[in-house]
Amino acid sequence: MQVSLREPKKIMKLAKLGCFHQSKLSFLRSFLKEFKNWKYNRDLFDLDENGYGRAVYSFSKNKRIYSLICFANKIDDTERSDRVIATKWDAAFTLHDGIPAKKDLDRLSNNVPKQEVGRMSYKELTLSRANKSVRIFNHVVECLSNGKQPDKDKISEVGYLYRTTAVYGSGKFGLADRFRIKNRNEIFGPFRLEMMLVYLVRQFTFDQVNHIAKNKNPKKAITLDENICRNLGIGNSTGLGMAPFIVNHPTLLNNWILARETVLKKIREIKNVNLKNQNIFKTCLKKSLGNISSWSTESDFQKKKILNLNEDLNKFLKFLDESNIFDKNYAFNEIYLWCEKNLKDECIEYIVSMMMEPFDDIVEPHIYKMSSDEDKYFTIPTDRTVEDLRSILEQKYSDILKIDFSKTNSNKNFWFISKNKEEPRLADRFIDEGSDLEQPLAIARDICLLYSRISNKKNSLNIGRFLLENNDLRHVIRRAFITEKFPYAEIQDNTIGSELMAIDMLRLKLSFFGAVKFDPRSDKWLRISMFQGAPLPQDLKSFDDHWIYNSLN
Amino acid sequence: MRSFSEIDTVVKRATKGVGFNWGVAEEVGKNIKLLEMFGLPGLKNLNDYFNSLKSKKFQNLTFISNHNQSKIPYCPIISGISFLDQVNELKELINIKIENMSYPILFLPFLSRASEVIGKKISFKFDENIFLFNFNQNIYSNYFSNKILENAKLTEINFIENNNTFSQEEWDNLYKLSTNTFVEESDELKKSAAGAGLTDND
Repeated sequence: MQVSLREPKKIMKLAKLGCFHQSKLSFLRSFLKEFKNWKYNRDLFDLDENGYGRAVYSFSKNKRIYSLICFANKIDDTERSDRVIATKWDAAFTLHDGIPAKKDLDRLSNNVPKQEVGRMSYKELTLSRANKSVRIFNHVVECLSNGKQPDKDKISEVGYLYRTTAVYGSGKFGLADRFRIKNRNEIFGPFRLEMMLVYLVRQFTFDQVNHIAKNKNPKKAITLDENICRNLGIGNSTGLGMAPFIVNHPTLLNNWILARETVLKKIREIKNVNLKNQNIFKTCLKKSLGNISSWSTESDFQKKKILNLNEDLNKFLKFLDESNIFDKNYAFNEIYLWCEKNLKDECIEYIVSMMMEPFDDIVEPHIYKMSSDEDKYFTIPTDRTVEDLRSILEQKYSDILKIDFSKTNSNKNFWFISKNKEEPRLADRFIDEGSDLEQPLAIARDICLLYSRISNKKNSLNIGRFLLENNDLRHVIRRAFITEKFPYAEIQDNTIGSELMAIDMLRLKLSFFGAVKFDPRSDKWLRISMFQGAPLPQDLKSFDDHWIYNSLN
Repeated sequence: MRSFSEIDTVVKRATKGVGFNWGVAEEVGKNIKLLEMFGLPGLKNLNDYFNSLKSKKFQNLTFISNHNQSKIPYCPIISGISFLDQVNELKELINIKIENMSYPILFLPFLSRASEVIGKKISFKFDENIFLFNFNQNIYSNYFSNKILENAKLTEINFIENNNTFSQEEWDNLYKLSTNTFVEESDELKKSAAGAGLTDND
């Protein structure tokens, strides 16, 4: 039986993309799987009694070494901010290519804590900073120094000791350009080194908290229980800075979504699902419920989604128990079709992620197809004709062409780069200043304009000639020809309309990272957790691929 | 050292900042990154060109013919965009002359990319400087300066047919040497070593 890929027009709507969940394709899971056999080491741990100083952690295999360099600093409580405009953090980190020499450490100690205003070199691969969750961190120090383990309920409310506020890579602030390292097999998947940084930072947070407690009360202090450590991740605060990424990298976005959709299609095409795979699916699904029951948020938007997810999952579990669905051929196709008919998007996408759990053989090859050589598709094929372009627009952008941009609501927002932080922001076109400096992220509007411009042009006119008088639409002409080849390259929605929920864009990207417990703090930023439930470095050799459902929180 | 990613981003924004549209700005970002990767002074020339926009006027070359002249210097960016967009038609001209081209270094990456689009090598000459563009894989040149070149009085573009750089005799000689790696087959091997049947009339 052949199952079709799900329609881009259906999948690439923001409300749908904003329901995506982590899966076996997610980058933090594929990172751990890749590095499970690497040698982990804590190479340097030079902190004072208050936990300030330097530390170095590494992963190595054969002659390749990646070293996380940590700088922990004292900051006042008044200086601690998760916003990207902050200038001081509790700790700053960089992932260095190789073993850092003393002169590297000295150079980096002057730059890494400064983050965006510091300068890295081609020897550094990623850069980040993080703040303590002060309430939890102090509680843990207090308990450990008094010989007690911390209160598990209190810890579960937050789920991490530190949260990062940005993780940079790919040439930012002088970091190594992607091309320098792209041929290394171990990082042949997007954001692998960003994931490595976050994972090693997590270990640093445990070591630091133990170190401070020990120094506070050397005779009585104990170390944080390893099971508690496993259930702690690293938090992350993410704002709008991340949103334009998925618009600015169409072929990469396509490759992420295409991997997910192709895996789903192949799973739906399995005729007989054996008992072992049925059980993995059922077990992961049941264990994952713990992640949902501990998913807390103040956001009404997210609360409603979680409520719907819970209701739908109960409905689904009942269906699973009562239907004997696995007695049928193509059981996962039957399950998917039932979900489409009976459940909301949040739960449908949850179950799609769950379906992948038993099928390493299907998922694994697609993990290596999730990068993209974007420059290859950059040049516009100007020998093509207006007829070709019209056909692409009508086929690939049909829903977008229905949007009426003469309405104020369709043009409500504009994206800009803030002068003080050089980060993307969103503002109201009719209230705020600056729309004349709008970023080229209003793809739907510009596609509609392009369609109207070609309406009275001859079919035979070539694109090179058309561009002579229409160079202002060059950016969307390029996109249209990319979308012709890459069906999931484009968000099929209006990214400047009054209905825009920018956090849907963040959620999409973060789900591919492998984040859980999305906690929107407004419609423009959210908090998440990464690596909660993940094995500790010493556990990696006996790695459980379904670790993400092992969290007790 | 600035990373190439930073160069791409800052150049793109700067190009939009001086008044070009976003689509053109994207092209210039990629182009300057390419020049800098090939060791040519792209950013330096672009910076000088953008500064000169405050006091000088430049002519947009949109329709390119085999001989293009202007009293006002041509803008290398719009000339380059036009060349890239029209290259499938222009390749028939074989030779193109553009007089009074400002900042010719900024024109180079468009030629390099055009060479890849049409699958032909392109040569570019002005003054004593010669550039050979090899399908956007590399730029071969006698130009090693890190200087700003404000203007080229006469530039000449040639599309080079896909011909070998060597003679038939040279090829034959090398081919003969390559046959030293072959194994002489016995009659039996001739029948069976290919793995296929001797007739395909089934």
